[in-house]
Amino acid sequence: MATVRKFKFSATVVAAAALLLSACGGSSDSASSASVDTNVDITTQKLVISNWAGYYPEDLAAKVKEAIGVDITITNHANNEEIMGKLTASDDSGIDIAFVSGQYAQALAAGGKIVNFDKAAIPNLANLYPEVADLAYDKGTNYSAPYAWGTTGICYRSDLVDFTPDSWNDLLNPKDSIKGKTTMLATERWLALPAMKLLGYSMNTTNADEIAKAKEQLVKTKPTLLAYDDTAYYTKLVSGEAVLSESWDGWCNYGIAENPAIKFVIPKEGSDLWADTMVILSSSKNKEAAHAFINYILQADVHAWVANNILYKVPNKAATETLDPALATSYPNMGLTPAELLKGEVVLDLGTDSKLYTDLATSVTSS
Amino acid sequence: MVKSGGSKTSRHLGWAWASPGLIFLTLFAAIPVLSMLFMSVLTAGRFGGVTTPINFDNFSRATDPIFVKVIINSLLIASATAILSLLIGFPTALFISRLSRKWQVILIVAIILPYWTNFLVRTYAWLVLLNNEGIINKFLRNIGLIDKPIEMLYTPAAVIVGMTYLYLPLMILPIYAALEKVDKNLTEAAFDLGSSAWKSLRTISIPLAMPGILIGFIFVFVPSLGNFVVPELLGGGKTVMIGNLVRDQFLKARDWPFGATFALILALILVVLISIQSYVSKRVNVNA
Repeated sequence: MATVRKFKFSATVVAAAALLLSACGGSSDSASSASVDTNVDITTQKLVISNWAGYYPEDLAAKVKEAIGVDITITNHANNEEIMGKLTASDDSGIDIAFVSGQYAQALAAGGKIVNFDKAAIPNLANLYPEVADLAYDKGTNYSAPYAWGTTGICYRSDLVDFTPDSWNDLLNPKDSIKGKTTMLATERWLALPAMKLLGYSMNTTNADEIAKAKEQLVKTKPTLLAYDDTAYYTKLVSGEAVLSESWDGWCNYGIAENPAIKFVIPKEGSDLWADTMVILSSSKNKEAAHAFINYILQADVHAWVANNILYKVPNKAATETLDPALATSYPNMGLTPAELLKGEVVLDLGTDSKLYTDLATSVTSS
Repeated sequence: MVKSGGSKTSRHLGWAWASPGLIFLTLFAAIPVLSMLFMSVLTAGRFGGVTTPINFDNFSRATDPIFVKVIINSLLIASATAILSLLIGFPTALFISRLSRKWQVILIVAIILPYWTNFLVRTYAWLVLLNNEGIINKFLRNIGLIDKPIEMLYTPAAVIVGMTYLYLPLMILPIYAALEKVDKNLTEAAFDLGSSAWKSLRTISIPLAMPGILIGFIFVFVPSLGNFVVPELLGGGKTVMIGNLVRDQFLKARDWPFGATFALILALILVVLISIQSYVSKRVNVNA
């Protein structure tokens, strides 16, 4: 009995060590460059693409097949954290193209997980607003092609709020009439954003004093909130459970679509500028088709079709110019200009300092 | 279980019978727990994963008052869930065990039936019921009982209610299994000899159901303690449990070693608890 038990233990240790070694598995330190072989017949390649659920037209796969002849399989992730988990858990996730926010593309590039584009294979990059090349998470648009961009503000029920919100203070220190009827985003960087902006700090700050001050404010705000919510807050606004929510602009549109009394405002203290991007994984064996896919999305009429479908602004000048002006009348934030958006602070990856924000969020939400 | 000390062939046979279980436990319990142990003393990689050097900082980090509070809070919520499940589950199991065979089967199936629906869908149903503009509040307002909605959703109580609902069958089934084996003549005899219903419950049904109660308690407590979805949905993100810490450290902070530390703490709490359960259960069996 004893010998058997001992054997079992050592076998377990060996297996565990093996698992750990594979988890430690080496990765190079920066993005490698992809070179696209123009002789490859891309119709023989198949793409696995991971995008947010509901963040692309439903018939996208069929359209892609028709236009460039590539079979694509779209898998969904709920948030950046989930796709980052999938992409970093092993050296080959089986995913060719991932949709991630800019700061995550920055992290993936620094970790050598994604490739620098062969720009000759993506001529439609020229359709993008020139300002895109200045976005701090990827200056020069080398490894991430922006898919949608926007900002964070306050989404509110103009019929149920007895004033016109214009400040983060309206959310963080709410009037008695709306206490218990406000929500904030739960993802830590955006949980911190309103307090950082109200206090006049950068949303990318890693200064301990500033983070402590923000925490103080957020702890004070917590009892006045209905909930922390990233995913269902617009339904709370529609039902009237909530009357004022910290919101990504596109999500507010989903509320506006159901109730025109819902309005969106960028607080006067300023906000962020986020971009969701397409990246090609270094592990992809279908890089030619992957470049062709990104080029197809960036095509003016295709990107405009996407914008119409997902109600998010696209950083594509040629596409935006073809959009029906009526769209901006129904959804005012669809009419925000790049100049207005660029006033927002670009969200950056904070590397190992990310944990400052995770700790901030944990101490606020568990206070 | 094959008792040791049999003939050589029967002992070999015993290992053969046990091997699927042992392989399962090694692959899905021992190895994961050991890799958590290794991971917790390593350093976080830049993008998740782990690197050297080995250090023990995470254990001191985990004793930060914020995290201790979360752990205590989780233990309280999981205990409340298990107790509430017991209070509802025991009478239900007792009732079912006293019915005819046919009705027993029907009711047990009815209890398992909701499991055929995805648990997220069932949790969303509670959102619809409990919210301030939801069915219960609207009903109470319409009949004039209240004029302001009662805040039920996004509270720790909502988390306890949601998890009780999710895990109740795990309490009912083991208690039912224990009670169903009880010889009905025992309670009948007790009544014939003038025992009150309460006394026969206290001296016959509860003691004989005790192993089932203990198992049910563990079955409900364990998944409740590690749950992170219900606190997020029904707690509105305002109630943080140890499961949320593990998830956040792995996925948001990309700090696998710290996440592993919490997972290990969770596993340790469960080991202690299950040891207590098996100790108490043995004593109960001996007394019975």
